[in-house]
Amino acid sequence: MSDITANTTLHSSSAARRAPVSLVGPMAWMKTNLFANWWSTAITLALGYLFIRTGVGFIDWAFVNAIWTVPVSPAGIANTEACREAKGVGACWAVIHEKHRFILFGTYPYDEHWRPLVVCFLFIGLYIVSAMRRFWRWELALIWAAVLTVIGVLMWGGVLGMTYVPQERWGGLPITLILATFGLAFAFPVAILVALGRRSNLPAIKALCVLYVELIRGVPLISLLFMASVMFPLFLPEGMNIDKLLRAQVAIILFAGAYLAEVVRAGLQALPKGQYEAADALGLSYWKKTGFIILPQALRLVIPPLVNTFIGFFKDTSLVLIIGIFDLLTAGKTAIIEPAWQGFGVEVYITLGLIYFLFCYAMSKYSAGLETELNKDRRR
Amino acid sequence: MSAAETLASSVRADAPPAISLKGVNKWFGALHVLRDVNLDVALGERVVVCGPSGSGKSTLIRCINRLEEHQEGQIIVDGIELSNDLRSLDAIRREVGMVFQSFNLFPHLTILENCTLAPIWVRKMPKKEADELAMEYLTRVRIPEQASKYPGQLSGGQQQRVAIARALCMKPKIMLFDEPTSALDPEMIKEVLDTMVMLAETGMTMICVTHEMGFARTVADRVIFMDRGEIVESGEPQSLFSNPQTERLQTFLSQILRGH
Repeated sequence: MSDITANTTLHSSSAARRAPVSLVGPMAWMKTNLFANWWSTAITLALGYLFIRTGVGFIDWAFVNAIWTVPVSPAGIANTEACREAKGVGACWAVIHEKHRFILFGTYPYDEHWRPLVVCFLFIGLYIVSAMRRFWRWELALIWAAVLTVIGVLMWGGVLGMTYVPQERWGGLPITLILATFGLAFAFPVAILVALGRRSNLPAIKALCVLYVELIRGVPLISLLFMASVMFPLFLPEGMNIDKLLRAQVAIILFAGAYLAEVVRAGLQALPKGQYEAADALGLSYWKKTGFIILPQALRLVIPPLVNTFIGFFKDTSLVLIIGIFDLLTAGKTAIIEPAWQGFGVEVYITLGLIYFLFCYAMSKYSAGLETELNKDRRR
Repeated sequence: MSAAETLASSVRADAPPAISLKGVNKWFGALHVLRDVNLDVALGERVVVCGPSGSGKSTLIRCINRLEEHQEGQIIVDGIELSNDLRSLDAIRREVGMVFQSFNLFPHLTILENCTLAPIWVRKMPKKEADELAMEYLTRVRIPEQASKYPGQLSGGQQQRVAIARALCMKPKIMLFDEPTSALDPEMIKEVLDTMVMLAETGMTMICVTHEMGFARTVADRVIFMDRGEIVESGEPQSLFSNPQTERLQTFLSQILRGH
């Protein structure tokens, strides 16, 4: 080091320099990426034109010409004349304004809507707390149990002065969140056990796990839901009735479990054999080896496909509409059945899409952060 | 290293053997990888196993802690016979440490956690005590300052020394080394060999699969030459290397020496 500092002048030419000004900054970026030659310029201009055309058109439709409210008669019938006139030119957000409570909470008794609202916030709060690594302790399981109990009490009621609301009347966003949260929370441990089972040396366990995955993966979710709702009750003794939502929930858990199991197995497969051998050589038992060495590494490897499956299943919960469960999508569809609001599906579906998107985007953003955070040890 | 530096022997021939293999046979499919292997290793004895690649030397020591299963014969380690009984297997693995060619550190755990995991969860040692023990061994392999880093941040030689410390933290009675320097750059081989010599000085029972003949000369009480799954020759390093009895060992030695 010392001789280098002594010869600073000699070495100054090789010292780090800033890039020439013409190579940095937004202008230079545009020049190299957008207007490098004539056809690049042509494509840029054409795309720019299309982009602005559609963008302006959408803004006109969604905001400038949009109708936000319509008069409602004392009998509760909305006068949608203005919306019908503006059709094709401006959006009719009045349908959301009028129907948002039905879309969010379905047929839940109107005066009790605060209860599903609180449930939605509880779910979101639960997600946020679970996402923070400093809460990753065993106490988190207690928090989950407590919050899920509170959610059950709020939805059903019948205690603490809240009126009883049968499950048939639940609907909207809470149903979607219940199906997705319970579905993934239970499917994930099932998936880990099945993935481990498929790699087991015990032939019976292995065969059972292979059978489960192949059977469940081999049929569409819709047919599973049908079986759960129509066929399953036939096998039950008379007078015994398991809640329809619960049956759908079990079908979703089984289905998600099979898919997640294969994702987890991919992670187990990707770990070098040496990791298993080192853990064995240290005398760690099977479960300690799995818990401390294998799963932490395997699950990190599969965060992207895992979240991919999570997002897929969050949206797949909407399939319960075919067995008559009122999730967010079904509630949205039903909201525009009323004659006055027929024909305003686009606005409703855009809104529903936005709600789904917010949840899914949050998941994917979070997973990207988690991935970098957890794979810190791979960086040098 | 010259012959004059040879370590004093710590072999305790009076005690029952630490490891005893009788008529061990193993096949990989149709390939007969271990043929009728008989071997007794005394407590405190340091054995170097050498031989051409594919001669079954790694398989031999991997059978001792049952990373591979033998199909015929008897293996007794520390007085316990290896069988399908999981409890006796756990007991043996607690007493037998192993160092691998490719280190096999746990990349998601820090160096310290790598060393304390097994003592805490297998030996049921309190965490504080395990930490102290780990730091003691990390100091002994001369990398205490790396304790809070992750394996990926260390050089190959440092990682292998951590692997040795990790195995030692279980306070094993026997240490197995499976070509510990073969994956290392030449300049890092010495630091790992020095660590192994230091360990040999403590009187540890060691079986090392290695091609480092200098190490064998300095440390080994006995060198075993294997070829095609069988033990061809065995004896003290000096006599074995200077006076090979079989043609196979002569060929092997001439190839090794030419390479150096």
